[in-house]
Amino acid sequence: MSSEKRPSKKLGRERLQRIIDLCRSVEERGLDPFIVDVEDLIAVIREYFPQWELPEDLCLDAETINQLSSVIKHQSDWVKHRSTSLYTDPFLLEEKIRRLSGGELASLFIRAWNPIVEMEQLSLRGLVEALSYWQSLLPLNERWAKAIPLERGMGATTREELIRQRLMVEKAFSEELEVLWTELKERVGKEGKIRYWDFIGADTYEETVERAYMTSFLVTYGYATLEIHKLEEEVFIKPFEKPESLAEKKEVISVPFSIGEEDWRKWKQGA
Amino acid sequence: MEARGLKRKAYYARRIRRAARLLFYRRHRKPGVKGWELRRSLGSDYPKILDILDNYLDKLGLQIKTVFEEEKPAEKPTLEQLDKARFYVTLKGGLESKEARLIGWRIDDIAGLAIAISYIIAKKGKVPRQEIEDLLRVKLPGWRADMNLQRYIRSGYLVEDEGGQLYLDWRTRAEVDQEKLVNLLLGGEELKKKTLEETEA
Repeated sequence: MSSEKRPSKKLGRERLQRIIDLCRSVEERGLDPFIVDVEDLIAVIREYFPQWELPEDLCLDAETINQLSSVIKHQSDWVKHRSTSLYTDPFLLEEKIRRLSGGELASLFIRAWNPIVEMEQLSLRGLVEALSYWQSLLPLNERWAKAIPLERGMGATTREELIRQRLMVEKAFSEELEVLWTELKERVGKEGKIRYWDFIGADTYEETVERAYMTSFLVTYGYATLEIHKLEEEVFIKPFEKPESLAEKKEVISVPFSIGEEDWRKWKQGA
Repeated sequence: MEARGLKRKAYYARRIRRAARLLFYRRHRKPGVKGWELRRSLGSDYPKILDILDNYLDKLGLQIKTVFEEEKPAEKPTLEQLDKARFYVTLKGGLESKEARLIGWRIDDIAGLAIAISYIIAKKGKVPRQEIEDLLRVKLPGWRADMNLQRYIRSGYLVEDEGGQLYLDWRTRAEVDQEKLVNLLLGGEELKKKTLEETEA
């Protein structure tokens, strides 16, 4: 059994917190940083350091070191400032300021004051440009006139018409996705996968883009996955039997695909 | 040979005129022009053009003041430091008392600014706002001290942080010769008397 009594952790935490507060007050209140005896405080930090095991305690220890280092920086700045010609004893200066009258102070200040010189002048060119702008500017009552909506008679429309105008889709999105998933499962065959372009490729370029768009959701929503062979520059798409949730995925990455018209033509020629 | 010399002279004359316009007319919220703006407009030899313009302005009691982003470099500034610096045209050699009145500032306002700036310099560049307010209230009514402080902040002489600390801002760095101010304030009675006599003459 050791005869030396180990300092308590609770006391250690309190002492470190006090050091942090002291360092902060020096910084915030602009006190003389040399009131902090850095060597003494480092001894305190060193005394308690072997006891810290919990992450919170180690963080407190690190914060104390951090605060102490900022005080050392202040001490260094203080010395630098004192060595410059700008160093003035604030008490002496305050005393001088108090003794001088407002007029005397102002007279002294203007000797060291060189106000910025600026010009404000309208040029003839500026005037001409402004006039031309003014001439082309519509009157307020015309600019702010409310747009009157065109009157249209009421009428009936059909579902087909709304689909044609793209106001309504033919199938619900999820329904469309399920259909594509079923198609993918049917087309993969025994291998369980199909080339990406073979799956999305269609007779027209527009249809191909649409299939690529929908396929991206198949992958995002966990209906299928991509198998990328970087060396062969081949991409396969593999359907899952059951959709996998995003949370189950270890890593989620985005893979961009270029579906250019030229790519589609190449595929069509090769297909 | 002579033609080349004339051409060169015309080149510099054009660029000096352009530099003067850039420096005198305010193009941004803050006055002054950044070094990179001058480089873009005047070419990479803009420091040389500014030197020539500065010589012209000297005869008119004006000068080109360079305010570096950080502390003024001890040696010749690099092009990168110049690019980041801001250039202004300021008066040279301080003002006379009669001229100070033309600026439109009351003598109280100028004195208050002098107190605030010199006190911040003495306190190593950072002072709680309350301390400056207390100092101003010794000689100014409370409402006026507060109003003046706001004015100095708005004009860019001082800046206040979230913790209520006041620092010197861009305008002080551009306009005030800090070393001279401190020397004048702390200088012997002789120097002060001489300055006051000069300004009153």
